[in-house]
Amino acid sequence: MKIEKNVVCTFCGCLCDDITLTIENNNITKVEKACANGRGLFEGYDPHFRAPRVNGKEVAFPEAIKEASNILSSARYPLIYGLSSTSVEAQRISVQLAETIGASIDSTSSVCHGPTGLAMQSVGESTCTLGEIKNRADLLVFWGCNPLVSHSRHFARYSAMPKGRFISEGRKDRKVVVVDVRRSETAKSADLFIQIRQGYDYEVLLAIKALLKGKVLSATEVGGVPTELLQQFVHTMKSCRYGVIFFGMGLTMTKGRDLNVREVFSLVRELNNYTRFSAMPMRGHGNVTGADQVMSWLCGYPFAINFSKGYPRYGPGEFTAVDLLSGREADALLVIASDPVAHFPAEAVRYIENIPSIVIDPVESLTAKIATVYFPTAMYGVDCEGTAYRMDSVPLRLKAPLERQRKSDEEVLEAIFEGVKEC
Amino acid sequence: MQVCTLISGRTLEQAKGMHGGKNNDGYKKAVEKAFLSPLLLEKLGLSEGEEILLTTPYGSVRVKTCADMGLPEDVVFMPMGPMVNLLVGPETEGTGMPSFKGLKVEVDKAR
Repeated sequence: MKIEKNVVCTFCGCLCDDITLTIENNNITKVEKACANGRGLFEGYDPHFRAPRVNGKEVAFPEAIKEASNILSSARYPLIYGLSSTSVEAQRISVQLAETIGASIDSTSSVCHGPTGLAMQSVGESTCTLGEIKNRADLLVFWGCNPLVSHSRHFARYSAMPKGRFISEGRKDRKVVVVDVRRSETAKSADLFIQIRQGYDYEVLLAIKALLKGKVLSATEVGGVPTELLQQFVHTMKSCRYGVIFFGMGLTMTKGRDLNVREVFSLVRELNNYTRFSAMPMRGHGNVTGADQVMSWLCGYPFAINFSKGYPRYGPGEFTAVDLLSGREADALLVIASDPVAHFPAEAVRYIENIPSIVIDPVESLTAKIATVYFPTAMYGVDCEGTAYRMDSVPLRLKAPLERQRKSDEEVLEAIFEGVKEC
Repeated sequence: MQVCTLISGRTLEQAKGMHGGKNNDGYKKAVEKAFLSPLLLEKLGLSEGEEILLTTPYGSVRVKTCADMGLPEDVVFMPMGPMVNLLVGPETEGTGMPSFKGLKVEVDKAR
């Protein structure tokens, strides 16, 4: 039996790095400090060797690589998608592969915080780290997100609860405001809950900006929120010492999308005329931030990239996975550590069922189930080392507490990369 | 029949089901349901646990109901996953992001 301390959990963008695992016979028998989601990730993972499959039949690794390479090299418009639950090292070789075969490459960002990327490019972003928030922030605004469910330890480790260098009393020294359409689990634990009408985030943000500039609104309510309450909220934001707006898919998945987020960023910019303020997207998958980082280093763009002309072109709405699949454009699909069959609109899913697909994933997802070629791989941070970026863009090194019995995502991608060059 | 707005998102049960594998019954049970305000349930003449039919221009699904006091009367919430995605259209308005939140949906008793 061995005890492995300070393991990083890769379930969500919090990347909690204080997990303790008890390991017996190369199996995780006890998980300490993790949230329910983190425990599920470690306890649910079976590290045993599993052979790759082609058309549902187990085959030797070289045969699966040959089939995958043939599919990709014979495609006229291949798409590489996913990347948010794998290491930076695997992401890097995915971009190299996309360039080699002239593919489109897109990450799960496009159905998560892709619109946030567009907003950042439009007006910029006031950044900070979770460490700064822990030590300094006395006002936390959660807009369109529900961290008590999606990022369960965010409150405890980084935001609402911890005592910090200038926040000696922890929760008592911080004010928590939740803005949402529904009274979520997070809203129930807030000091102030502002319930807005669905689809009115943009209007409410514009009204807040107007009030911040001292304008008088003739409307008595905006988006279902009394103007008086918005005025009180503006006063709270202006008078804090260090405020942060965390925001989620309540802004990016609804009407307005990137325009909603642009208003958050520009509100934060205005607030910095009065006090210190930042904004931070609540990134979902463990290394979705890394996917944006790697593609930005290598291509200049964070997602929705196409290499068919031999150089990277950026096209949200054109080279994004949902558009390429529902528009019936991509003719082959390589999915890395993601499950579009579970998370894409039905029309895109129906199309995936009709084109050859390759899936690289430690867990047999719904997409893996229908894949032409499936590679069961090691899981980053469990039986495979690597690097991942936390939601505040801080990179962390991942250990491999279990002995590895499968190929890593990186090894499979390297083999495919060599394979397509030979085709 | 009522016309409401549909939103989707993560739930603890959906995440837990996912760890057990998306082919398992636990996951299916977690995502094949809809949350409605008690007022909307009353308007539809339904009790919690009874089934409703949700329809958008992209598809129809039949799911069990759960009451949620935190929801406005005109909003229906479904856990993210393959069931709600049968109701979601592919248009992304030039961003890559479909409307996973904010779809108009017809809500009716399942017959």
